[in-house]
Amino acid sequence: MAEDNNRAAIVVFSGEMDKVFAALIIATGCAAAGMDTVLFFTFWGLNAIKKGTPIKAQSFLGKMMGIMNRGGINRLNTSRFSFGGIGRVLFSKMMRDKKVASLEELLQMAIDLDVHLLACKMSMDVLEISRDDLIPEVEGVVGVASFVKEAANSKIQLFI
Amino acid sequence: MEIQVDMVQDSIGQMCPMPIAFMAKNVKKLEAGQVLEIRADDEGAHADIPAWCEQTGNGFLGEEPAEGYFRYYVRKKVE
Repeated sequence: MAEDNNRAAIVVFSGEMDKVFAALIIATGCAAAGMDTVLFFTFWGLNAIKKGTPIKAQSFLGKMMGIMNRGGINRLNTSRFSFGGIGRVLFSKMMRDKKVASLEELLQMAIDLDVHLLACKMSMDVLEISRDDLIPEVEGVVGVASFVKEAANSKIQLFI
Repeated sequence: MEIQVDMVQDSIGQMCPMPIAFMAKNVKKLEAGQVLEIRADDEGAHADIPAWCEQTGNGFLGEEPAEGYFRYYVRKKVE
Protein backbone atom coordinates (compact mmCIF):
# COMPACT_ATOMS: atom_id res chain seq x y z
CA MET A 1 0.00 0.00 0.00
CA ALA A 2 2.65 2.50 1.04
CA GLU A 3 4.86 3.90 -1.67
CA ASP A 4 8.59 3.97 -1.04
CA ASN A 5 9.70 6.51 1.52
CA ASN A 6 6.21 6.65 2.98
CA ARG A 7 7.29 4.77 6.07
CA ALA A 8 7.65 5.27 9.81
CA ALA A 9 10.05 3.42 12.12
CA ILE A 10 9.62 3.76 15.86
CA VAL A 11 11.80 2.25 18.57
CA VAL A 12 9.93 1.54 21.78
CA PHE A 13 12.66 1.29 24.40
CA SER A 14 10.60 2.43 27.39
CA GLY A 15 8.18 0.15 29.15
CA GLU A 16 6.23 2.83 30.97
CA MET A 17 2.54 3.19 30.38
CA ASP A 18 2.65 6.84 29.32
CA LYS A 19 5.56 6.42 26.91
CA VAL A 20 4.10 3.30 25.31
CA PHE A 21 0.86 5.24 25.04
CA ALA A 22 2.62 7.99 23.08
CA ALA A 23 4.33 5.42 20.85
CA LEU A 24 1.04 3.65 20.06
CA ILE A 25 -0.80 6.89 19.31
CA ILE A 26 1.91 8.05 16.90
CA ALA A 27 2.09 4.61 15.28
CA THR A 28 -1.69 4.54 14.84
CA GLY A 29 -1.62 8.04 13.36
CA CYS A 30 1.15 7.10 10.91
CA ALA A 31 -0.65 3.94 9.84
CA ALA A 32 -3.92 5.84 9.46
CA ALA A 33 -2.11 8.26 7.14
CA GLY A 34 -1.19 5.32 4.94
CA MET A 35 2.39 4.98 6.11
CA ASP A 36 3.96 1.55 6.38
CA THR A 37 4.68 1.63 10.10
CA VAL A 38 7.01 -0.53 12.16
CA LEU A 39 7.34 -0.61 15.94
CA PHE A 40 10.60 -2.08 17.25
CA PHE A 41 10.25 -3.15 20.84
CA THR A 42 13.47 -3.41 22.76
CA PHE A 43 14.48 -3.74 26.40
CA TRP A 44 11.78 -2.42 28.75
CA GLY A 45 9.56 -1.80 25.75
CA LEU A 46 9.22 -5.57 25.36
CA ASN A 47 6.88 -5.48 28.36
CA ALA A 48 4.25 -3.93 26.11
CA ILE A 49 4.15 -6.98 23.84
CA LYS A 50 4.59 -9.66 26.49
CA LYS A 51 1.62 -11.87 27.19
CA GLY A 52 1.95 -11.03 30.88
CA THR A 53 2.21 -14.65 31.91
CA PRO A 54 5.30 -15.65 33.92
CA ILE A 55 8.24 -16.20 31.57
CA LYS A 56 10.12 -19.48 31.39
CA ALA A 57 13.60 -18.17 32.20
CA GLN A 58 16.56 -20.48 32.78
CA SER A 59 18.99 -18.66 35.07
CA PHE A 60 18.31 -17.49 38.63
CA LEU A 61 18.66 -13.83 37.63
CA GLY A 62 16.46 -14.37 34.60
CA LYS A 63 13.74 -15.88 36.78
CA MET A 64 13.98 -13.02 39.29
CA MET A 65 13.80 -10.53 36.42
CA GLY A 66 10.75 -12.33 35.07
CA ILE A 67 9.00 -11.91 38.40
CA MET A 68 10.00 -8.29 39.02
CA ASN A 69 9.49 -7.29 35.39
CA ARG A 70 6.51 -9.40 34.44
CA GLY A 71 5.06 -7.12 31.79
CA GLY A 72 1.89 -7.35 29.74
CA ILE A 73 0.26 -4.26 28.26
CA ASN A 74 -2.07 -3.85 31.25
CA ARG A 75 0.71 -4.09 33.80
CA LEU A 76 2.83 -1.11 32.70
CA ASN A 77 3.47 1.54 35.33
CA THR A 78 3.55 5.28 34.76
CA SER A 79 6.92 7.05 34.46
CA ARG A 80 5.91 9.59 37.12
CA PHE A 81 3.65 9.30 40.16
CA SER A 82 3.75 5.55 39.91
CA PHE A 83 3.48 4.92 43.67
CA GLY A 84 4.23 1.23 43.23
CA GLY A 85 1.45 0.65 40.73
CA ILE A 86 -1.27 2.88 42.17
CA GLY A 87 -0.46 5.51 39.55
CA ARG A 88 -1.39 3.08 36.81
CA VAL A 89 -4.82 2.53 38.32
CA LEU A 90 -5.40 6.25 38.81
CA PHE A 91 -4.27 7.19 35.30
CA SER A 92 -6.35 4.39 33.78
CA LYS A 93 -9.37 5.75 35.59
CA MET A 94 -8.65 9.31 34.42
CA MET A 95 -8.25 8.08 30.85
CA ARG A 96 -11.47 6.07 31.03
CA ASP A 97 -13.35 9.07 32.46
CA LYS A 98 -12.16 11.17 29.51
CA LYS A 99 -13.11 8.34 27.11
CA VAL A 100 -9.51 7.95 25.93
CA ALA A 101 -8.81 4.49 24.52
CA SER A 102 -6.92 2.11 26.78
CA LEU A 103 -3.45 0.84 25.90
CA GLU A 104 -4.96 -2.52 25.01
CA GLU A 105 -7.49 -0.95 22.63
CA LEU A 106 -4.76 1.19 21.06
CA LEU A 107 -2.51 -1.80 20.51
CA GLN A 108 -5.41 -3.67 18.90
CA MET A 109 -6.15 -0.66 16.69
CA ALA A 110 -2.49 -0.48 15.66
CA ILE A 111 -2.60 -4.18 14.76
CA ASP A 112 -5.86 -3.68 12.80
CA LEU A 113 -4.20 -0.87 10.83
CA ASP A 114 -1.34 -3.23 9.90
CA VAL A 115 1.33 -1.69 12.12
CA HIS A 116 4.19 -4.22 12.17
CA LEU A 117 5.39 -5.32 15.59
CA LEU A 118 8.99 -6.48 15.83
CA ALA A 119 10.97 -7.57 18.89
CA CYS A 120 14.70 -7.12 19.53
CA LYS A 121 16.50 -10.44 19.75
CA MET A 122 19.40 -9.27 21.89
CA SER A 123 17.33 -7.77 24.69
CA MET A 124 15.10 -10.85 24.61
CA ASP A 125 18.20 -12.96 25.18
CA VAL A 126 19.42 -10.76 28.04
CA LEU A 127 16.04 -10.78 29.78
CA GLU A 128 15.51 -14.48 28.88
CA ILE A 129 12.27 -13.78 27.09
CA SER A 130 11.32 -16.36 24.45
CA ARG A 131 9.07 -15.93 21.42
CA ASP A 132 6.33 -17.78 23.28
CA ASP A 133 6.32 -15.11 26.00
CA LEU A 134 5.29 -12.50 23.41
CA ILE A 135 1.82 -11.95 21.97
CA PRO A 136 1.24 -13.84 18.69
CA GLU A 137 0.80 -10.61 16.68
CA VAL A 138 4.55 -9.96 16.92
CA GLU A 139 5.74 -10.54 13.36
CA GLY A 140 9.36 -11.25 13.98
CA VAL A 141 12.38 -11.28 16.24
CA VAL A 142 15.07 -9.13 14.67
CA GLY A 143 18.38 -7.34 15.17
CA VAL A 144 19.62 -3.80 14.69
CA ALA A 145 20.20 -4.20 10.95
CA SER A 146 16.49 -4.71 10.41
CA PHE A 147 15.77 -1.47 12.19
CA VAL A 148 18.46 0.42 10.27
CA LYS A 149 17.09 -0.87 6.96
CA GLU A 150 13.59 0.22 7.91
CA ALA A 151 14.67 3.56 9.42
CA ALA A 152 16.84 4.46 6.42
CA ASN A 153 13.73 4.23 4.23
CA SER A 154 11.46 6.06 6.66
CA LYS A 155 10.37 9.67 6.76
CA ILE A 156 9.70 9.41 10.47
CA GLN A 157 12.11 7.79 12.91
CA LEU A 158 11.49 7.99 16.63
CA PHE A 159 13.04 6.59 19.77
CA ILE A 160 10.66 6.46 22.67
CA MET B 1 -24.54 21.39 2.63
CA GLU B 2 -25.83 19.26 -0.25
CA ILE B 3 -23.53 16.27 -0.25
CA GLN B 4 -24.31 12.69 -1.20
CA VAL B 5 -22.99 10.58 1.69
CA ASP B 6 -22.06 6.92 1.19
CA MET B 7 -21.08 6.01 4.76
CA VAL B 8 -21.50 7.58 8.19
CA GLN B 9 -18.98 7.22 11.01
CA ASP B 10 -20.08 8.00 14.55
CA SER B 11 -17.04 9.19 16.49
CA ILE B 12 -18.93 11.24 19.05
CA GLY B 13 -17.25 10.79 22.42
CA GLN B 14 -14.06 9.38 20.92
CA MET B 15 -10.68 10.92 21.57
CA CYS B 16 -7.44 11.06 19.61
CA PRO B 17 -6.43 8.93 17.74
CA MET B 18 -9.63 6.94 17.40
CA PRO B 19 -11.64 9.24 15.05
CA ILE B 20 -8.66 9.30 12.67
CA ALA B 21 -7.96 5.58 13.00
CA PHE B 22 -11.59 4.68 12.22
CA MET B 23 -11.67 7.22 9.40
CA ALA B 24 -8.65 5.54 7.80
CA LYS B 25 -10.29 2.12 8.14
CA ASN B 26 -13.60 3.35 6.72
CA VAL B 27 -12.11 5.27 3.78
CA LYS B 28 -10.27 2.07 2.87
CA LYS B 29 -13.65 0.32 2.54
CA LEU B 30 -15.08 3.00 0.20
CA GLU B 31 -14.79 3.13 -3.58
CA ALA B 32 -12.85 6.01 -5.10
CA GLY B 33 -14.99 9.14 -5.21
CA GLN B 34 -17.36 8.02 -2.45
CA VAL B 35 -17.96 10.24 0.57
CA LEU B 36 -17.61 9.46 4.27
CA GLU B 37 -19.39 11.58 6.85
CA ILE B 38 -17.69 11.68 10.25
CA ARG B 39 -19.53 12.90 13.31
CA ALA B 40 -17.12 13.96 16.02
CA ASP B 41 -17.05 16.27 19.03
CA ASP B 42 -13.33 16.10 19.84
CA GLU B 43 -11.60 19.45 19.37
CA GLY B 44 -8.45 17.67 18.23
CA ALA B 45 -10.37 15.94 15.44
CA HIS B 46 -11.45 19.36 14.14
CA ALA B 47 -7.87 20.08 13.12
CA ASP B 48 -6.88 16.46 12.52
CA ILE B 49 -9.47 15.48 9.91
CA PRO B 50 -8.43 18.17 7.37
CA ALA B 51 -4.76 17.50 8.21
CA TRP B 52 -5.23 13.78 7.53
CA CYS B 53 -6.89 14.57 4.20
CA GLU B 54 -4.02 16.84 3.17
CA GLN B 55 -1.47 14.22 4.18
CA THR B 56 -3.19 11.33 2.40
CA GLY B 57 -4.48 13.20 -0.65
CA ASN B 58 -8.14 12.52 0.10
CA GLY B 59 -10.59 15.35 -0.41
CA PHE B 60 -11.85 17.38 2.54
CA LEU B 61 -15.23 18.68 1.42
CA GLY B 62 -15.99 20.70 4.54
CA GLU B 63 -17.65 20.66 7.90
CA GLU B 64 -20.92 21.79 9.39
CA PRO B 65 -21.90 22.25 13.00
CA ALA B 66 -24.64 20.10 14.48
CA GLU B 67 -25.93 19.93 18.04
CA GLY B 68 -22.87 19.46 20.21
CA TYR B 69 -20.74 17.99 17.44
CA PHE B 70 -19.53 18.56 13.89
CA ARG B 71 -20.14 16.68 10.65
CA TYR B 72 -17.07 16.38 8.46
CA TYR B 73 -17.17 15.23 4.84
CA VAL B 74 -14.29 13.35 3.25
CA ARG B 75 -14.18 12.17 -0.37
CA LYS B 76 -11.96 9.17 -1.14
CA LYS B 77 -9.29 10.04 -3.69
CA VAL B 78 -9.15 8.52 -7.15
CA GLU B 79 -5.80 6.69 -7.39
